[in-house]
Amino acid sequence: MKEIVKSRGLIYEYYTHNERGEIEATNRALDRLDLDIKQGEFVVILGHNGSGKSTLAKHMNAILHPTGGTLLIKGMDTKDEENLWDIRQTAGMVFQNPDNQIIAAIVEEDVAFGPENLGVEPGEIRKRVDEAVAAVQMTEYMTHSPNLLSGGQKQRIAIAGVLAMKPECIILDEPTAMLDPLGRKEVLETVYKLNKEENITIIHITHYMEEAINADRVIVMDHGQIVMDGKPKEVFSQVDKLKSLGLDVPPATELAYYMQKEGIDISTEIISIEEMVDKIWQLYLTE
Amino acid sequence: MAIIFNGVSHVYGEGSPFKRVAINNINLHIKKGEFIGIIGHTGSGKSTLIQHFNGLLKPTEGEVIILGKNLNDKELSLKEIRQKVGLVFQYPEHQLFETTIFKDVAFGPENMGLSKEEVDKRVREALEMVGIGEDMYDKSPFDLSGGQKRRVAIAGVLAMKPEILILDEPTAGLDPRGRDEILGQIQKLHKSLGITVILVSHSMEDIAKLVDRIIVMYKGRIALDGSPAKVFKNDKELEKMGLAAPQIMYIMKALRKKGLEVPVDVLTVEEGAKAIAALLKSQK
Repeated sequence: MKEIVKSRGLIYEYYTHNERGEIEATNRALDRLDLDIKQGEFVVILGHNGSGKSTLAKHMNAILHPTGGTLLIKGMDTKDEENLWDIRQTAGMVFQNPDNQIIAAIVEEDVAFGPENLGVEPGEIRKRVDEAVAAVQMTEYMTHSPNLLSGGQKQRIAIAGVLAMKPECIILDEPTAMLDPLGRKEVLETVYKLNKEENITIIHITHYMEEAINADRVIVMDHGQIVMDGKPKEVFSQVDKLKSLGLDVPPATELAYYMQKEGIDISTEIISIEEMVDKIWQLYLTE
Repeated sequence: MAIIFNGVSHVYGEGSPFKRVAINNINLHIKKGEFIGIIGHTGSGKSTLIQHFNGLLKPTEGEVIILGKNLNDKELSLKEIRQKVGLVFQYPEHQLFETTIFKDVAFGPENMGLSKEEVDKRVREALEMVGIGEDMYDKSPFDLSGGQKRRVAIAGVLAMKPEILILDEPTAGLDPRGRDEILGQIQKLHKSLGITVILVSHSMEDIAKLVDRIIVMYKGRIALDGSPAKVFKNDKELEKMGLAAPQIMYIMKALRKKGLEVPVDVLTVEEGAKAIAALLKSQK
């Protein structure tokens, strides 16, 4: 499989200025980051506020450019201005606040905005909009006003807007942070489906640990570096390390962790509720 | 009583084609010192409801009585209500604007016309309550982390010494540590000051951990009202309303279904672990 994201020694620095406009301090948001993400992977990025997650995401969409090192999106260098539009078409981005991303007065017009700007011909735009809206299961709202939709529905329209550009990769920066439980579920099911059925690479940033349970891979960032990288079970079973990084584990893993503290012999390599129930059942039978 | 609602409705755009009933015939009593959680999906009427708590909205029908004052009273001083009822909006850090943390928190009490000494005292107290130390006073609020910024914004409301504190999604977008810090501070405030606290949240785990009473809003009405254990027992009903029970309750319920004698009204993972461990040990 080919890499869709490839970074080597990626550095991003920003400066704080004093009252006289002189540089007072240099802050390194990304610190010599090496990362390979393969086409079709579902990757969840975790990390506390300020760990560099969003800065990394903005590099993948060429909103930010590296201070040092390189970042390639499907082989295209994000430093090269000429690649800008190709990169944004390859790697689409969905942000946290659904209200900041929707611009048109009707759902289908909003979704058509991207391909229209790419100069796609009208017949093809119609086809893409229909497909994209169907993929996020919003066809019945095609001619509705986005204002009257719920948060989860708005985010799915934002995702459809990206899909209409035919991306190979979608980066979602905390898309569920402002949503209610149902909205979170809708968005998550949509991105998992796009990954499975359309083979779109998903890079999902979140503070909800349970959203990472079914990912192919979990990456944990701290101080602009990758400090953990592995399958969800490998990462989440290290409960103490995650807690020391200011993070959590999924509820099932946390339950195993506290049961261990109560003197029960149970592994923390459990991440789903179903698995946990089975495991406790087995313990119950063998006691 | 801190808050009384008698048959309160609020209709937006009355007489226009966009007419929408946001809350519908609400009857509600909130006692002084209660710690209340409000849950409900987007558009359920939560925001309209809490905007009545400090007079940002007035009922289009019925009456709202806040700390003994009727919002329908023509003579009512809204300024007084808003000092006594502190409302922390979603993403309150977007409202920070001053050059230093100290000045930002001082803005509210200064506008109340308090003496310089009193303002000074209140700012120090408020910042201490949210865990911001003296060494930070002269820093720009914009150099802080997300969680710290939010705590400074909350301090700005606390410095007005409200009798009722309302927080709309105070943990949205914060990482787990930032979330635990804010919630810990809110819990401490409720305990030490004894003020009425109303918390609006989409996180069922946070609500379960903290509050004494949950109000569930659905389609502009109060669908459920009771203790967390009582409300979260209705997991099927909550799911129909776009909500959920805390994850640990689903585990406990599944175990119970298999015939394990565990309690199902468990609200935190730690409690659940203790109960399961006790059962497994008693088998030996």
